[in-house]
Amino acid sequence: MKHTLLRPTSLGAALAAAGVLLFGASHLRAQAQVSVLPVQGRVSLMTAGDANVTVQVGRSGVVLVDTPPADLAPQVITEIRKLSARPIRHIVQTSASSDRIGGTVALLGPAGARGLALGAGLFGFGATGASRPNVAAQDNVLNRLSATTPAVAPGLLPTMTDFLPTLDLFNDEAIVLYHVPAAHSDGDSIVFFRRSDVISTGNIYTPGRYPVIDTTRGGSVNGLIAALGRVLELAVPEAFEEGGTKIIPGRGRVGEETDVAEFRDMVSIIRDRVQDAVTKNQTLDQIKASKPSRDYDAEYRATPADADRLIESIFKTLPAPPPTAPAARPGSARPTGGRS
Amino acid sequence: MRRLKLAAVAGALLILLGTVTTARAQEVDFTGQWVPIFHEDGPERLPGPEIADYTGLPINEAARLRGDTYDPDRISAVHEYQCRQHAGDYGMRGLANMRITAELDPVTQRFTQFRTRIGFHDAERTIYLDGRPEPPPNAPHTWGGFSVASWDGSMLNIRTTHLKAYYIRRNGIPASDSRTFTEHWVRHGNILTVVTVIEDPVFLTERLVRSQSWALDPGQTMGSNWCDTAPELVLEPGKVPNYLPGANPYLREFAGWYGLPYEATRGGAETMYPEYRAKMPQTFSTLDRCTRYCQCMNVGGGCGLGVQPAPVARPAPTPTPTPARRPQ
Repeated sequence: MKHTLLRPTSLGAALAAAGVLLFGASHLRAQAQVSVLPVQGRVSLMTAGDANVTVQVGRSGVVLVDTPPADLAPQVITEIRKLSARPIRHIVQTSASSDRIGGTVALLGPAGARGLALGAGLFGFGATGASRPNVAAQDNVLNRLSATTPAVAPGLLPTMTDFLPTLDLFNDEAIVLYHVPAAHSDGDSIVFFRRSDVISTGNIYTPGRYPVIDTTRGGSVNGLIAALGRVLELAVPEAFEEGGTKIIPGRGRVGEETDVAEFRDMVSIIRDRVQDAVTKNQTLDQIKASKPSRDYDAEYRATPADADRLIESIFKTLPAPPPTAPAARPGSARPTGGRS
Repeated sequence: MRRLKLAAVAGALLILLGTVTTARAQEVDFTGQWVPIFHEDGPERLPGPEIADYTGLPINEAARLRGDTYDPDRISAVHEYQCRQHAGDYGMRGLANMRITAELDPVTQRFTQFRTRIGFHDAERTIYLDGRPEPPPNAPHTWGGFSVASWDGSMLNIRTTHLKAYYIRRNGIPASDSRTFTEHWVRHGNILTVVTVIEDPVFLTERLVRSQSWALDPGQTMGSNWCDTAPELVLEPGKVPNYLPGANPYLREFAGWYGLPYEATRGGAETMYPEYRAKMPQTFSTLDRCTRYCQCMNVGGGCGLGVQPAPVARPAPTPTPTPARRPQ
C-alpha cells in the first residue's frame, strides 16, 4: 500500500487555502450581519444584527437614527462610507433603550470626541475638522441616562435635547422629531424625513414581534397606541394603501401605512381583551392563563414568555376601571353584543 | 465500448436538446382581456362570504379566533383599510375583470414579463420570467407581492413572496405577511384556468388549493377605479372594531341559514375531506328550497338576497359511506 505524506509545500498551500476560506467566511459573516437597503429619497435602512439603523445622507453630512450594536459599529461605518464621505452630523436616539443607543460610544468614542465617526482619518473623517456630532433625543432620554448607576459613558449622553413636542433638524430636507409620550418609554421620538417621506419609529413599531412596553421607564399601552396613531397620521400612501410614506421600524422590515395599522390593531385588540378582563376583576395570573393574545402569538413569533410580558405590561399600565355606574334604564344603552 | 459511450452521450444530449426546444415551443401567450367565470365558489366570490363561514379552509385555532372576533366595520370604518387593493392571491379569485399584457425580449422574442391588471382598485402585478432574485427580507411588502415564473411545458408556474397581510376570506380569516403562494396558469383555447396554492405557516395547517377560470373577452374595456378614503363612523382614537372572544352573536347564523352542523362550518383541515361527512355531528337539516343568493350565479340573476319564505327543515338523511381520503 502506498502512503502519501503531505509535503511542506502542500501543507503550506493547504493552510493558506484554509486561511483564505476562514477569512472569507468571517468576512462574509460580517457582511451578512450588516446589510443596506435604499428605502426612499435620501434615506437607507442599515440592518445590523437584527437592529435597524436609519441613515440619511445630505450636503451637511450623515444623520443616523439609532445606533448599531457596538461590535458591529466598524462595519456600519464602512457601509456609511460607501454612501457618503461627509461626517456624521446627528445621531438621534429614539429612546434610552440599550438596543437603540448601544453603539453610540462605539461610533463616537468614550469621551464623545474622537471615536470611529471622527476617527483620526481611519474612516475618512479625521481631516475634515468636523465638530462632534450632535446626539439628539427627548429630554427624558437624558434624564434616564444621567440617573443611571453606575454612570454611563459621557459619550452616550444626548447633547441636544428638547422638552417640546417637536425638534427640528435639517440636512437637505426637513427632519422633524416628534415626541410620543409614554409609549415604549417616556422618552420616545419618531423621526420624519419630510422630503424623502420616510418615518423612523424606533421601538414603538416592531413588525413580526410584540412591542416592548417598558413599564419601568414610563411606557404604557395607551401611549403606544397613540404613538402608532401619530405615525398613521403622518403617513400618506400613494394610492390604494400602497407606496407613499415608508416606515422604518426599530426591528423588522420596512413598512407602509397599512402595515402599521395592522400592528396598531393587534395592540388595540389585545388591550381591549385585557381591559375587559380587568373590568371583570380578574387577576393578572388569571388573565395570563386565559391567553388573550393567543391568536396573535404565532404571527408575532412570540414565545409564551413574550406573550406574558406583553400582557403584564398592558395590565400594569391600563387606567383603573371607573367605578361601577348605576344600572342604565332599559333600552337606554346601545346594544353592543360584546363589541369593543 | 468507448464509441458506444460517446454515442449514448450524444443521444442523451440530442434528447435533452429536443426537450428544451419543445418546451420553448410550448410557451403560451396569456395576453388579452379576461372576464372571470363564477361557476366555482360563486357566493363567496360575488356577494361575499357569510360571517363565520370557514368551510373549506385548513385553518388553525388562531385563524378561527381571528374570524370569530372580526367585526366587518374594521375594513370599512378604519380608513387605513378602505382603499386597499386585494392582495395578489385574493385578487386572483376573480372579483373583477383582468387584462394581461406582456413584455418580450427584443432579441429572443421570448416573454420576460407578464403583467396583470385587475379592475378592482387598479390592482397591478408584474410576473418576472427573467430569473431575477427576490428582494431582501427587510424590503417592503406589497399587495401584489414579488412574483417570478417559469414554464412547465405550456403551463406557467408562478411563485409569489413579499405580500402584505390581508385576509384569506373576507370574513376575518386572516392571511399573514409570511405566506407565499404558487399559481399554475393553463390556457385551453379561450379559457384560462388559474390554480392557486397558498402556504401560510401562521394560519394554515396545510396548503390551501383553489382554482378559478376566466374567459377571453376581446371587447372588454377597463376603466380606472380610483378610491379616496372617507369617514364612515366616528371611532374613538385608538379603538378598532372587534368582538371580544366569545361575544360575537352572529357565529351560528351561517350554519342555520344553510342547514349545516355548526361544527362543520368552523373550518380546519379535518372538515375538508369526504370522510368528515361520516364523522361530523348529525345535527343538520336539509332545506326544501334555496333561500340565500339563489339566482346569483345564474345568467342574468341578481345577487341581492331578496325576500324568501322561511325554509322548511327536514330531518337529516342517513350518512352514506364515503370513499377513503385521497392522498395529498
